[in-house]
Amino acid sequence: MSDVTEAARVPAAAPDLEKNAPAGTESGPVGKPRSLWSDAWHDLRRNPLFVVSAILIFFLLVMAAWPGLFTSVSPRHGDLSTHYLKSPEYGHLFSPEWLGYDAQGRSIYARVVYGARASVIVGVAVTLLVTVLGGLFGMVAGYFGGWLDSILSRILDTFAGVPFLLGAMVVLNTFDVRTVWIVVLALAFLGWTQIARVTRGSVITTKQADYVQAAKALGAGTGRILLRHILPNAVAPVIVVATIALGGYIAAEASLSYLGIGLSEPTVSWGIDVSAGKDQLRNAPHVLLAPAVMVSITVLAFIMLGDAVRNALDPKLR
Amino acid sequence: MGRYVVRRLLQSIPVFIGATLLIFLMMYSLPGDPVRALWGEQSVDPAQIAAMKKDLGLDLPLWQQYWNYFIGLFQGDFGTQIASGRPVSEVIGEALPVTIRLALFAFTFTTLAGISLGVLAGLRADRLFDRGMLFFTLLLISVPSFVLGYVAQFVFAFKLDLLTPTVQDSEAFGDLLMPAVVLGSLSLAYVVRLTRTSIVENLRSDYIRTAIAKGLPRRRVIGVHLMRNSLIPVVTFLGTDLGALLGGAVITEGIFNVQGVGNLVYDALFRREGSTVVGIVTLLVIIYLAVSLIVDLLYAVLDPRIRYV
Repeated sequence: MSDVTEAARVPAAAPDLEKNAPAGTESGPVGKPRSLWSDAWHDLRRNPLFVVSAILIFFLLVMAAWPGLFTSVSPRHGDLSTHYLKSPEYGHLFSPEWLGYDAQGRSIYARVVYGARASVIVGVAVTLLVTVLGGLFGMVAGYFGGWLDSILSRILDTFAGVPFLLGAMVVLNTFDVRTVWIVVLALAFLGWTQIARVTRGSVITTKQADYVQAAKALGAGTGRILLRHILPNAVAPVIVVATIALGGYIAAEASLSYLGIGLSEPTVSWGIDVSAGKDQLRNAPHVLLAPAVMVSITVLAFIMLGDAVRNALDPKLR
Repeated sequence: MGRYVVRRLLQSIPVFIGATLLIFLMMYSLPGDPVRALWGEQSVDPAQIAAMKKDLGLDLPLWQQYWNYFIGLFQGDFGTQIASGRPVSEVIGEALPVTIRLALFAFTFTTLAGISLGVLAGLRADRLFDRGMLFFTLLLISVPSFVLGYVAQFVFAFKLDLLTPTVQDSEAFGDLLMPAVVLGSLSLAYVVRLTRTSIVENLRSDYIRTAIAKGLPRRRVIGVHLMRNSLIPVVTFLGTDLGALLGGAVITEGIFNVQGVGNLVYDALFRREGSTVVGIVTLLVIIYLAVSLIVDLLYAVLDPRIRYV
């Protein structure tokens, strides 16, 4: 009986979908040409990779903003009578004892929930900062060219020549207490070169386009050409690189915190928790596993989003 | 060709000066006095500290210290460790072979496994193997190396008892296997993806259709025509990656207790041993610059259309 209703529902729903999709994206009766952006959005919604990553990222953002929704226990409340060797109660979903307790008797579940905030803030803030700074740098170098480009490119090479993780370690080592914002600045200080390179290349390609020449011939000012003509057409590859880099920055923060040179207590960070759990790896691997899995899922979500955005924006892959 | 090499060498001079200066300034603007720290809590005659600083050249203004350091580099002098009094070049010289062995092992693994998996995936685009590789590389990129390292250590050393959890003898193949695979895993994912994309793109090109149409055997079409054209972006990546493997060994060496450059720089950073940190970073910058020049020259070998002027 249920088979019949299933079968009956599918064909009924299918034409409905077909009718709705074009009507939602095109206003005219006969295919009005879609812009790159609406075309990309059209593609994105159909990509399962995008849907999965969007749901994951939505949960991460909610967790970062209102961790209290997920647990009522403080991540800093330690009770030394609850030993870390007591195995986790995997049956008690979302309870404080769900993922067990760490060496100081703090609920691992609560720490995993509260750790989302630092990771999300670092990832988003570094990406925004790097995109604005690197984008400006690359745009100036790419558009004006000549001696200015030569000088800016050497500066870019200099920063790119410094090993990323090692450089960040040296910068962060100068601070005794490292808050989220110090880590953000340190990562952005060394991380802007990638975006700057991509923007520079993209702007150089775009500025040779006919419409840019036409705008110049019509007497448009430099500011207008850059903002109205070059920026909208050169920004696609930059967005792709920035989205993928976001996951990388989250991994970098976790790696630095793990090394003891990133965030410092009392900030709750997955990297710090992995580092604390490594001493009990042989007897109580769950202490290390929970924060490690959370870092991986978070990075995975952003890398998947980046992949999906690239597939949607790159016409070569169609 | 000769002129191109000269121009590239000239271009790398400001980059070299800039990158070392950047690290030098960051390191020596650290608060705390490494010379005073030698005595710990004990009281010490300020004149003794001043004399020792004069000996080490630490009483000079920062720009002069950098100048002396820079001149010293050309004579192979990387400075002196303050606490032990040993030359930094000697300390690095002990640790470097271990890291180079580890990095080359990881590099070989990445290159061989990455290119072959990427070619297989590219030739079977959108089939099951390709989809599987896509997912596998996604996982490798997402899992940070410190997580991968501990998971590998737990599974292969503690549970299955197949490998030693930490490296006892850095020349033994079996000991280095796990750290090398962990170190190379991120690059492996990138190499697979780059090779795959490149293969898929080139498979649609005219010269491949021509090669198939004129009846060349499949092995020759793929092995010679397709591979040579598809490997250019992969070679670029692998080149810059060799430097990254040397620098990225900090985490892997820590997990598996490899006594290499990564461990050395980590300890030096915590002991605020400026000369060692600056020395190692300088060395990495030199390697990075040399490798990127070699990669640029390799293009001409892979693609005869590229001419250097």
